[in-house]
Amino acid sequence: MTEIRFHGRGGQGTVIAAIILAKAFFRVGHQVQTFPVFGVERRGAPVEAYLRLDNKKILARTNVYTPDHVVVQDRTLLQSIDVTKGLKPGGWILINAPESFTGMDAFAGFSVASVDANRIALNHKLGSRTHPIVNTTMIGAFASLLGMPPLDAIAQAIEEEIPISTELNIRAAEEAFREIRRPELTERSNG
Amino acid sequence: MKKVIEGSQAVAEAVRLARVNIISAYPITPQTHIVERLSDFCSDGSLDARFLKVESEHSALAALIGAASSGVRTFTATSSQGLALMHELLHWTSGARLPIVMAEVNRALGPGWNIWTDQTDSLAQRDTGWIQLYCEDGQETLDTTIQAFLLAEMVNLPVMVVLDAFFLSHTYEPVDIPEQEAVDRFLPPFTPRFQLDTNNPCAFGSLVTPDSYMEMRHSIAEGMEAALDLLPEIEDRFAGIFDRRWAAIEPVECDDAEIILVTSGTVTSTCRELISDLRKRGEKVGLLKIKLFRPFPVEAIRRILAPAKKVAVIDRNFSFGASGIFAQEIRAALCNCPGHPPVFGFIAGLGGRDVTKDVLEGIYRQTDQSDRPEREDIWIGLKEVHDAAERS
Repeated sequence: MTEIRFHGRGGQGTVIAAIILAKAFFRVGHQVQTFPVFGVERRGAPVEAYLRLDNKKILARTNVYTPDHVVVQDRTLLQSIDVTKGLKPGGWILINAPESFTGMDAFAGFSVASVDANRIALNHKLGSRTHPIVNTTMIGAFASLLGMPPLDAIAQAIEEEIPISTELNIRAAEEAFREIRRPELTERSNG
Repeated sequence: MKKVIEGSQAVAEAVRLARVNIISAYPITPQTHIVERLSDFCSDGSLDARFLKVESEHSALAALIGAASSGVRTFTATSSQGLALMHELLHWTSGARLPIVMAEVNRALGPGWNIWTDQTDSLAQRDTGWIQLYCEDGQETLDTTIQAFLLAEMVNLPVMVVLDAFFLSHTYEPVDIPEQEAVDRFLPPFTPRFQLDTNNPCAFGSLVTPDSYMEMRHSIAEGMEAALDLLPEIEDRFAGIFDRRWAAIEPVECDDAEIILVTSGTVTSTCRELISDLRKRGEKVGLLKIKLFRPFPVEAIRRILAPAKKVAVIDRNFSFGASGIFAQEIRAALCNCPGHPPVFGFIAGLGGRDVTKDVLEGIYRQTDQSDRPEREDIWIGLKEVHDAAERS
């Protein structure tokens, strides 16, 4: 079983991100389970959502404590939340951050990847400068990182879940799929 | 077709497929997604029903009592304080023999104000004459909601389909949504045995003297007993069309089990994983899932539990001054079996605290290592607190 934890803030579509990814994985034959951790539902408050993937029926009905991978939709969360909590060794941390971001050093020992989801989302008119909607962008990047699910499954899941600006969301996911930065892999391929 | 949907949507899809005529509800977290979805179905025409907006849960059930009395299929959904507010009319529904179906999303009662899962809200209504069915996952919730209408209409008693907050209501997973044509074959249109009819004027809910009241109560008791016999028939009919079967109770690895854990709701799923792990290590442990709480399937439960050496009941609920509510019922079911096993009553997961596989394994170990329970209620994972009011 693979467990993924999403970190975001209320209003950023964190829960929807996990749902779209679940639906995309289901389309290519995975068993899936996703649910949000509900707290105080305020815009801007930290939000978590979980996604479980398996090749058999998922029985665990508990929160996720030791995720295989972590997705961070908002890098300002890094100041207040330990996003590595319980993260299994070898797991990916995918962070929404521009190339100039230097905070990755804090995660020595983990596999860290980043994507400038704010820029990509705004290029596709998703949200506003102060409030970019990055969830579909982050999913595209994450799918690239894991090598699954395929982009067409992501596109179909976005069509199913997002009735407004559907095409723009799909294109944002596709751009993020290409633009993701994986320092470790880059180093490996260079060396 | 299988789709990834949340538990709340599974309920709403079932209500749509059951061709309900009247829905009335008042929003309360974590139930709201159910009636939001149904409101969408009513407005986009995928369900030809009237959605009555009301000012409280008490009014929601009152509206359905009127609607059901006129002989139509009815549905509501609520949680926690909302269910508590319906209390008077819960009795009225069963007393008037109205087959209303309700989805009840288990949520803790306040204060302390808490939106998370806890079964005390529905279990506190155990004596209201409602059939109660506790579900484990999205598929069971959808199937049970469809079956609930048939069961309710066969015995003229209301049915509560109960599901855990968030761990089921807000959890997305693959669920098979049946075709309308198949559901129509399973669930015929509602033919009321009695109804408000201007051509045949009758009084409803009038004074009943001591001369007749007991017989009316006994008739409800008989209806409950009939439900116990009818549920397996309904399951057979459902399985014949959909090839899925649930049950009033489900034993897992109980045949040679020395210790049997008793669960309900989503804790059952997590416990299935534990049982499978422990069996691989050679431990003689089983699981009994209780789905049907009212009527309580006493005979079937006795057959499974009486041969065990110990029984451990996991209650995500509490009756103050007594113990966990499932544990009370299990003790009562076993007390007339000579030499019955000791019943350990564990309280876990109140107010949405997570009941993990580790928590359940701890319960199993504690049961294994004790000859008999030291108390009727054993609270799991309690933190140290300094409560001035209690110590003074």
